[in-house]
Amino acid sequence: MPPRILPEPTPETQHFWDGTRNGELLLQRCKETGEAYFPPRPFAPKTGSRNVEVFKASGRATLHSYVINHRPRPDMGTEPYAIAVVQLEEGPRMMTNIVGCPQTPEALVLDMPLEVVFEKMSDTITLPFFQPAKG
Amino acid sequence: MKQKSVAVVGAAETTKMGKIPDVSVIGLHADAALNAMADAGLKPTDIDGVACAGISPVELAQYLGITPTYADGTSVGGCSFMLHVRHAAVAINEGLCTTVLITHGESGRSRVGAGGFGRAPSSLMGQFEMPYGVTAPPTMFTIPVLRYMKTYGVTEEDLANVAVIQREWAAKNPRASYKDPISVDDVLNSDMIAWPFRKLMCCLVTDGGGALILTSAERAKDFPQKPVYVLGTGESVETPMVSQMEDFTSSKAFRVSGKKAFDEAGISHADVDHLMIYDAFAHLPLYGLEDLGFCKPGEAKHFINERNTAIGGKLPLNTNGGGLSYMHSGMYGMYALQESVRQMRGIAPAQVDGAKISVCHGVGGMFAASGTVIFSNEA
Repeated sequence: MPPRILPEPTPETQHFWDGTRNGELLLQRCKETGEAYFPPRPFAPKTGSRNVEVFKASGRATLHSYVINHRPRPDMGTEPYAIAVVQLEEGPRMMTNIVGCPQTPEALVLDMPLEVVFEKMSDTITLPFFQPAKG
Repeated sequence: MKQKSVAVVGAAETTKMGKIPDVSVIGLHADAALNAMADAGLKPTDIDGVACAGISPVELAQYLGITPTYADGTSVGGCSFMLHVRHAAVAINEGLCTTVLITHGESGRSRVGAGGFGRAPSSLMGQFEMPYGVTAPPTMFTIPVLRYMKTYGVTEEDLANVAVIQREWAAKNPRASYKDPISVDDVLNSDMIAWPFRKLMCCLVTDGGGALILTSAERAKDFPQKPVYVLGTGESVETPMVSQMEDFTSSKAFRVSGKKAFDEAGISHADVDHLMIYDAFAHLPLYGLEDLGFCKPGEAKHFINERNTAIGGKLPLNTNGGGLSYMHSGMYGMYALQESVRQMRGIAPAQVDGAKISVCHGVGGMFAASGTVIFSNEA
């Protein structure tokens, strides 16, 4: 199996990947409007303000939409698997995989509560996945 | 742009379509360009504006022996050609050039002289989408759809029916890749690609190309073909990552582009005789009908199921068979434009009798971009 395709952080996103390595889901928000955003960038979209801060997200989310991929992707090798977009409690959405449950339409119900988990993929990259909420 | 100030005077697809293992990407651009020039009675030295996506306009101009005073390399995916038409109209009106050649060529199936797929791992898509197992458009363009289905009670049968009706149109088109009738059951029993999407809900992967030539409406009268006037245009872009689309049930780029085009054209929806909506996947005509304002949110499935877009319906849609059955080399927008031009010239294989206004709506990337062109065949 070829090595898993992994992100290459840039200076603007490094904090996010440092965060996942430390078991934290880090988002950013505009200090003027308080609005959280994703993916990372050193300014707030729409307002254009550079007055932003990084903060730790709760890790709580809901399942917004997904597909269950049956096509081969050699570095994954686990087809069929769900590719999901989750709605984070803080507002932004992000793509991820849903782990800890069957990859079926019956198990993956839209709007189900989820929580973040972290999986180390290499020395530098830990990916954030989501699992059905236990609480 | 000014209504009807420019017109399409040359339009053609590649000589062959479907599987063309003996022609490279730039060769497909050139073949389509030569066919369009023959259609317009022009030669390369008559062209002074070039536009293309996939390859650079520099490559196109040098390959054909054109010395342009206008070059447009806008490349926002499959609707790039709608944007090229829009930009060409402004360029011609402003006197930047007189005659613009727009080309598309793609070796989608045979991959002759074609680049690879994939994004740099440092791009935003490379960092925040690729790691989760997306492969190609079938696993990305489809991601918003479950949300749309839940919101409006749309079923897998509804999606399948889009493909069924488009196959009915394709049956009338000798150049369509697939012409045999299919049923909803056939679609729902075809191979699983990315649930809820089956193979027959996904576009073809073919080789081919097309080209358009535009000039001023004033000059257009002197060309051999019936001029097809540009009545209104729109464009917009939203996001390079489908996961960051603002609303999973509606495309902002569609809404912005469509409204702009209708405003420019000064027409209402009731004036539209023929409609093309870029259908890389079966959900796109549903989103398109709603985001362009032909249907209220959630009502497109009824509109299609009641056969309004089918043969004999009040709004003939994707009359060439669409990307699902006609052809789809990767950037399908050019073929949608070609069908609109054929309908306006009155020479389409499934001609809509008396059609005077055609709306051609494109998508680029995975809901990344959009372009809309409204044509009229009346000066």
